[in-house]
Amino acid sequence: MDDKYLVDIQHERLSFFTPAGEVKALSDVSIHLKEGEVLGIVGESGSGKSVTAYSLMGLTAYPGRIIGGTLQFNDHQIETMTEKEMRKIRGNEVSIIFQDPMTSLNPVYTVGNQIVEVIRLHTGKNKQEAKARAKELLELVGINEPEKRLKQYPHELSGGMRQRVMIAIALACEPKLLIADEPTTALDVTIQAQILELMMELKEKLGMAIIMITHDLGVVASICDNIAVMYAGKIVEYGTTDQIFYEPKHMYTKGLIRSIPHIDAKEHERLVPIEGSPVDLLNPPPGCPFAPRCEACMQICLREMPPITQFNGDHITQCWLHQKEEFEKGEYNE
Amino acid sequence: MSDDFIKVEHLKQYFPAGGFGKNKKFVQAVDDVSFTIKKGETLGLVGESGCGKTTTGRALLRLYEPTGGRFIYDGEVIFDVEKKQFVNMLPYRKKMQIVFQDPYASLDPRMTVGDIVGEAIDTHHLAANKKERYDMVIEMLERVGLNSEHANRYPHEFSGGQRQRVGIARALAVKPEFIVCDEPISALDVSIQAQVLNMFEDLQKDLGLTYLFIAHDLSAVKHISNRIGVMYLGTLVELADSFEITQHPIHPYTQSLISAIPIADPKLARASKRIILEGDVPSPVNPPSGCRFRTRCKYATEQCALEKPEFKEVEPGHFAACHNLDKCN
Repeated sequence: MDDKYLVDIQHERLSFFTPAGEVKALSDVSIHLKEGEVLGIVGESGSGKSVTAYSLMGLTAYPGRIIGGTLQFNDHQIETMTEKEMRKIRGNEVSIIFQDPMTSLNPVYTVGNQIVEVIRLHTGKNKQEAKARAKELLELVGINEPEKRLKQYPHELSGGMRQRVMIAIALACEPKLLIADEPTTALDVTIQAQILELMMELKEKLGMAIIMITHDLGVVASICDNIAVMYAGKIVEYGTTDQIFYEPKHMYTKGLIRSIPHIDAKEHERLVPIEGSPVDLLNPPPGCPFAPRCEACMQICLREMPPITQFNGDHITQCWLHQKEEFEKGEYNE
Repeated sequence: MSDDFIKVEHLKQYFPAGGFGKNKKFVQAVDDVSFTIKKGETLGLVGESGCGKTTTGRALLRLYEPTGGRFIYDGEVIFDVEKKQFVNMLPYRKKMQIVFQDPYASLDPRMTVGDIVGEAIDTHHLAANKKERYDMVIEMLERVGLNSEHANRYPHEFSGGQRQRVGIARALAVKPEFIVCDEPISALDVSIQAQVLNMFEDLQKDLGLTYLFIAHDLSAVKHISNRIGVMYLGTLVELADSFEITQHPIHPYTQSLISAIPIADPKLARASKRIILEGDVPSPVNPPSGCRFRTRCKYATEQCALEKPEFKEVEPGHFAACHNLDKCN
């Protein structure tokens, strides 16, 4: 565990203090990634995947607060930094691409304006240099006629093109880490393929690490090195892409993989859905949050949160089923 | 051909897009689309956003005034634009229903779920008295996996998956024969999508429904459909059995569409080669001449610009519209 991680989040807890009560968006989340690594975070809406990534950028929205754990990024202790310090690394060392390219660009400024703004803010280049750099960036992300595009407004561009502009802005300062929050969800499949290909190309070229947040298992399968599966504010399973897909340990991961239809299925097979709906984070159950939907649920699952079980390498899961072996070995017997 | 339950011929749907007189422009949302659906069958329609798949579904239900074409439902002409024949839709609304994409926007927030489902029963005078109406509403809710206590609640009290169930119960309330499912699962979480897909299957089995299933997610469409039609910029480019079309696509657009789908299997994903399409979909106001796909097609020839390819049967049951099928395969 001693090689240096670019990102090392340990036991992060984050809650939103709403009038209705405390919503425990993250409870005990630990993730880490090395330089140049692609980590996928998958989970349903509300599972805390975006909140985790946003907190790393210091973008936790009111009434949310980090109430425990440490977030280390590239020698910065994020949880102790002030907003002013945060602004220096945001967009510079760590950047983000949002889900919806339609709303994340400012409609009243030209594309060029928005790219130049980032460059000038972080590098102290003058206007001419920044413009030249902006043109370079647009070429880098595969936009034709960059000269012309720089003068256009976001509404003049298509969805795929806008997402390319977003990527150009994010890469303006060659960040060490790029957070991509469902970057392709709003796009069509053929455009999605273009954007994913572009991101992988740029990763090779610039050597940055990527945190890919998505609910699409297909996207993570094709591009990620490691995957964290989140459910109700917890990482229920973490492992390499192959481990998650071929040796899933947690019942939720298994359920997710089983529930998606396969395009190459030879005959019609019935889907196996995960029954029930996600938990209410306002009143989470005392035990494992997945227990109410789990087909292998045991008595203890409803009472207590399972400890972490470690398999080969970094493959870990939080499930009593894998502690059962320990039970049988007699280690847990009273 | 008499066993075709749904028969659509040369459907056209244009929307005005500015301009006057001779210069009047139209968005050619759907241009010359023909297909048939047998009773109890599911036809899937896939394509990228703006390709006209939703418009096709809505035009059939006369939620728009069609610009051209013919729609024959169970042997009866619903509309025939050439002959200026349009029937009164009210009796047919009982037979044809639609499930909308967004379960958040398609339910009236000020009506209880019971009233949402009951409204159709009232419109068509299907219930003799209040008790009967109540029983019918509960029956529908139970059919989609909800129960009687849900009837007095409002849509905001439900999750996305439950709301979509309400939308389905609403469509089922009049006991329709044909349902247009307009992206019914794309707003739902993955684990919920499977629940809803299974429910559509069960309902079809129990009630003998016929579906036109519209979605952009080809894997889901393939799962539920018997046959699939692929649309591009307002036209059908390929139509075939769902296994056939996913295993042996013959139109270059279908080929790239299928290769672009991210495969949820890392080993296969690494091994597979993607056919990445260049550029974006052209504007439907001013579509390319001839074959509409030619601007992004790597096999395009001069003929493609001059002549519109005919939508013809290449193999039994496998239709495609392309001039250069030999080259693409």
